[in-house]
Amino acid sequence: MSTSMKIGYYPGCSAKGSSLDYELSSSEVCRILGIVSSEIDEWNCCGSTPAHAVSTELSAALCTRNLVQATKQGADIVMTPCPSCLSNLRHARERMQNPEFKKRVDELLDEPAPEVLPEATSVMQMIGKLCSAEDIKSHVRQSLAGIRIAPYYGCLMSRPAELMNFGDPENPTLMEELLAACGADSVLDFPLKTECCGASAGIPHRPLTSVNSGRILDVAVKMEADCICVCCPLCQMNLDLRQKQAERQVNAKFGIPVLYYTQLMGLAFGCDPKTLGLNKLIVSADRIVDRIRALNTARKEAQGGNAA
Amino acid sequence: MQDTPLNIVQGRDLSFIREVEAESGQKVSNCYQCGNCSAGCPAAFTYDLQTNQIMRAVQLGLKDKVLNSKSIWMCLSCSTCSLRCPNNIDVANVMETLRHMARRENRVNVPVMNKFWLSFLNTVRAFGRSFEIGTMVLYMLRSLRLTTDVDLAPGALSKGKLGFKPHVVPDGGAKAVARIFRRYEERARREGVRP
Repeated sequence: MSTSMKIGYYPGCSAKGSSLDYELSSSEVCRILGIVSSEIDEWNCCGSTPAHAVSTELSAALCTRNLVQATKQGADIVMTPCPSCLSNLRHARERMQNPEFKKRVDELLDEPAPEVLPEATSVMQMIGKLCSAEDIKSHVRQSLAGIRIAPYYGCLMSRPAELMNFGDPENPTLMEELLAACGADSVLDFPLKTECCGASAGIPHRPLTSVNSGRILDVAVKMEADCICVCCPLCQMNLDLRQKQAERQVNAKFGIPVLYYTQLMGLAFGCDPKTLGLNKLIVSADRIVDRIRALNTARKEAQGGNAA
Repeated sequence: MQDTPLNIVQGRDLSFIREVEAESGQKVSNCYQCGNCSAGCPAAFTYDLQTNQIMRAVQLGLKDKVLNSKSIWMCLSCSTCSLRCPNNIDVANVMETLRHMARRENRVNVPVMNKFWLSFLNTVRAFGRSFEIGTMVLYMLRSLRLTTDVDLAPGALSKGKLGFKPHVVPDGGAKAVARIFRRYEERARREGVRP
């Protein structure tokens, strides 16, 4: 796979902290698939929910600075793993096309932003765009067949529909397509896949978060999922690190591992679990790793037996 | 939850709907009360006025009722309401606009939410990037909720997920971000609103 498109990589703050494992696994998967990008120089926080909750103009100014930095280093497009960053970057780019809004934001910046700002996309969409299912299959060393996976996108990746351009906003399927290319044949039709987990209120209002994430965890467990597969650092932290809080809220025991889709893809590509940051998960994913190995070994033995 | 009917005789401000429509760019007057927004809202159980009631109150010009409500602070900005509105109103955008209007007028009826946002933004202003432990400490001091999430600390720290040192944007980038915040605050002060 080759491309002349220059990709500016925007990690987002959580990639350097609470979602270190997302950064490790997505860069490993991109490396294997040959997706080359360069980190945006001096990138800053997009402001996340707090900035847009306080002021649309402040949020747009923080995001625009990143898009301008990307332009300065010659990037044609900006790529980020985090749906929250993505939503803010895309909102800013769209709003900056309104001259009155742009004027207000330019007043906050060191110099007025250029008329045209680069588009932003997710790592997931970039993989989907640049790699066919066959490309992905060619890297699979251990199939994900037999693992029951609940695909969970969260609320930001596909909404607002016109802005995020992520397929059906209530039933996106890109994650399932990538997992299927890795051999997954037991991806569940998860009805809560785009419900909000409530992460942004985790610190100031715990019940708002625990009730919503408790429901998501509960349904996944009742559907007998082996794991939940996510693409958002906030969802992951909420469903994994805060899983015990959700258990207390809804009076249940879950104990279900919550992995990034890039961690599952990396396991399929035969990467060492440690290089994918699997040791960073609070609910251990060891049994998923063991089960993938056991199922693959059993399949190989069965095939070997047939051949002999 | 709202038990008494909306009082539409007192406190009506008929210019309010025009202001909300102009600032949000949304035709709130198109709302015909189907209730889809309230039905799908993940934060509904924390609201004092349900989303469709907020929309109706805006139509009626009940400015105080709306801007003093808790709901506009509890909205998670997940946009489920906007997606399901049969009249294509971006309801989440209206909720956010109302929150901005309330903030500017210094009406903050769920202070913990505002305190959390300010704590987060303080770290962005200081370092150019958000700093998770710094946000927590500032929030605990501001809200005097000193045991917030202490149950998470052992797990998060042992996995090395939370760093004790902030990530500072290199090469003057952090200062550039601080200048954005400074200009934002100076302008708000000039315009006589709460930043």
